[in-house]
Amino acid sequence: MGLANIEKLVIKYKNGTTSLEEESILRNYFTGESVAAHLQEYVPMFTYFTFIKKESFNKNVQLKIEKPRNKNRKFLTVAASIVLLLTSVFFIKKENDRYQAKKQFAQVTKGLKLLSIQLKKGEIAIANVYSNQNN
Amino acid sequence: MNESDFLKVISPFKDKVFRLAKRLLVSIEEAEDATQEVFFKLWKNKEKISDYKNIEAFAMTMTKNFCYDRLKSKQAGNLTLVHTNYKGKETPLEKSIEYKDAVNIVHSLIEQLPEMQKIIIQLRDVEQYEFEEICDMVSMKPIAVRVALSRARKTVRNALTKQQNYGVS
Repeated sequence: MGLANIEKLVIKYKNGTTSLEEESILRNYFTGESVAAHLQEYVPMFTYFTFIKKESFNKNVQLKIEKPRNKNRKFLTVAASIVLLLTSVFFIKKENDRYQAKKQFAQVTKGLKLLSIQLKKGEIAIANVYSNQNN
Repeated sequence: MNESDFLKVISPFKDKVFRLAKRLLVSIEEAEDATQEVFFKLWKNKEKISDYKNIEAFAMTMTKNFCYDRLKSKQAGNLTLVHTNYKGKETPLEKSIEYKDAVNIVHSLIEQLPEMQKIIIQLRDVEQYEFEEICDMVSMKPIAVRVALSRARKTVRNALTKQQNYGVS
């Protein structure tokens, strides 16, 4: 490729109108051995472009960065709600038992009171019968 | 599509995503995070992947948008960019000093360009995408892309000319 041609391509390159093929001609020329003195400024440019393209992403792409944490959190929320549910059920049951016991106690007391009243009545009646017989 | 299929699909362009992210975010760590994030998002939307005509272009667009958001939130948080932990030492080639200088100078010149010009010079001169693809990635008209590219090239080239003129003396 003659120098005249390179000069033409350089102008096109500056105007942003070179094709990829033409740019690769320029790249080869400017990263090569003999570059015309008046075009020296393009050497660092094309050298840089080829150099920087070698840089690569050296880590492995992680596709599960957030997943395990999410799963864990989900599990924790489920576990926490179960615990909450169980404790509340336990307390409700306890409260309910107490209420039932109170109610039963009240009923039994009432029953016993009634019984004792009736017994007293009977006792008095029997006492009356005896005193009538003795008279 | 399972994981290994997906990794196969993205492997030809994962470096390009990383390099674009680094071009915009400057630091290697941030660029790595961005790359990770872009592919994670892409993976989460994998059902739709078959619909995308060009996954690579789509990934590049996602990268551009993601980095823009990052830059915006940084500016909002009044954080300044940590200047380049760019490693010029890693050049595998000889001529190292001369080479390193050239590379570093062009790198910092591009760093000073407006964001869109950075993206376009990256996509064209480094990654060698066709104009149509670039238009697609940055959602711009071909003329606008060429104008931005031309400005970027001229800015870098003029700065280098100046530097060389000073450097000689």
